[in-house]
Amino acid sequence: MSERPAGAFGDAITAPFWEAARERRLVVQRCRDCGRHQFYPRPFCLACGGTALEWAPSKGLATVHALTTVRIAVIPELQPPYVVALVELDEGPRMTTNIVGGTCRIGDRVRVAWRERPDLPPLPVFEPVGEGST
Amino acid sequence: MTLQTPPVYIAGVAETPLGEVWDQTELSMVALAAREAVAEAGMTLRDVDGIFVNYMGEEGSVQVGEYLGIQPRYADSSDLGGAAFEAFIHHAMLAVAAGRCEVALVAYASRQRTRRGRSMVRARDGSSLASQFEVPYGLPSPIGLYALIAARHMHQYGTTPEQLAAIAVAARQWARLNPKAWSRDPLTVQDVLASRMISDPLHRLDCCLVTDGGGAVIVTTAARARNAAKRAVRVLGAGESHTHWHISQMPDLTVSAGGVSGKQAFEMAGITPADVDVLEPYDSFTITVLMALEDMGFCAKGEGGRFVERNRLGPGGDLPALTSGGGLSYNHPGALGLLLLVEAVRQLRGEAGDRQVKEAKIAVAHGVGGFFSTAGTVVLARE
Repeated sequence: MSERPAGAFGDAITAPFWEAARERRLVVQRCRDCGRHQFYPRPFCLACGGTALEWAPSKGLATVHALTTVRIAVIPELQPPYVVALVELDEGPRMTTNIVGGTCRIGDRVRVAWRERPDLPPLPVFEPVGEGST
Repeated sequence: MTLQTPPVYIAGVAETPLGEVWDQTELSMVALAAREAVAEAGMTLRDVDGIFVNYMGEEGSVQVGEYLGIQPRYADSSDLGGAAFEAFIHHAMLAVAAGRCEVALVAYASRQRTRRGRSMVRARDGSSLASQFEVPYGLPSPIGLYALIAARHMHQYGTTPEQLAAIAVAARQWARLNPKAWSRDPLTVQDVLASRMISDPLHRLDCCLVTDGGGAVIVTTAARARNAAKRAVRVLGAGESHTHWHISQMPDLTVSAGGVSGKQAFEMAGITPADVDVLEPYDSFTITVLMALEDMGFCAKGEGGRFVERNRLGPGGDLPALTSGGGLSYNHPGALGLLLLVEAVRQLRGEAGDRQVKEAKIAVAHGVGGFFSTAGTVVLARE
């Protein structure tokens, strides 16, 4: 096992996610034994119990599973109203995220975008996929 | 899976001072309620040998034990949030039935209103999974998570804001009959829909109160319950479960842990939803009640909205529910589960005054905690 890079964000298990995020790459764990993807990461596969996990690139495409418009101030960097969604990645796992750059409804297709954060790795958010795209 | 255990009873219940409590501490509030509950049970605090407490100091039940002068032989501080108190009854029932303790005190008090201790912001330092994957998106806690669940339920089953509002209206109609309720003004579906939207689709009046309060419950054996000053109520069944902490990990946004806890409790009690005379479901939000009705089998999955439409939960309805006025209109001290038990017992004893449900023989208290994460169900019966 390699040493965890100095200044890494997150914890020992999630660090590779944030290292990829620094390059604006969305990655999720994939089980080499059963092929299932999982998010957030763990040291074992929730589906089959195996430990042969690798970090696989996500296509960055997802479907909106649920969403809410937040109309109260919660954290300083987000001015209400803003949209929090639960999206289902094409690889299977769900992620909590924000919808940016347009409006959408449950069932709509979205793709990953990145929010820059001072002193922290970019945060994956999602934006509506235009008509005619996948 | 009917569990054959010696019968166990609730022999005393009490509320702490409620509402805005400036002249007490949490510990003194618990002391008042515990003394009243043991007096109903025909006992004193010296008889208590089991203690079931959390959220009352730095180490579970320990500070309450010290304050009350109790050195228990059985102690439990299970942390299931709003469902903790139904889980405590489950655990106390088993502990008493197994002879590990004889007189169990379940207690709670909070001054979250006067302390203004309620925050919707969680740690943001990257040290926890939530701070990495949920908090940076500004999801208000807990309402934002319940809002996502409500939005999904609406999408999947056509549930409407009016149907959710009908639950708040039913709670208020009961609260108008309860002199101890915090909110007693008339309330209509239109009032709920006209209240400020906080996190779509949940309005201000889809949300519970933030008040001070708490209570105490005494669980004991049949032999000890015979000396009770008031009618003891039998604990017929109980169950508990939890499903997730982060909303991304909830297996199905439209199914709560109440499916497992309800089934466990009803099977142990040997009852079906049709046998329930009074229901005390946790109402942190209106959606919390709607999904609990479905998950416990009072209606089919997806039918909750239509089920609550014609005020079946309100006074005169065929499933009287939220009879104290609930967390929406009576009191919500941060963890409501204990007060659900108090109201269920008072209904079964026939002590509920203007809001008394006629001939109530079976009552169910159903706690829900976290972010629809936990559930605990207790079936109580008048014998």
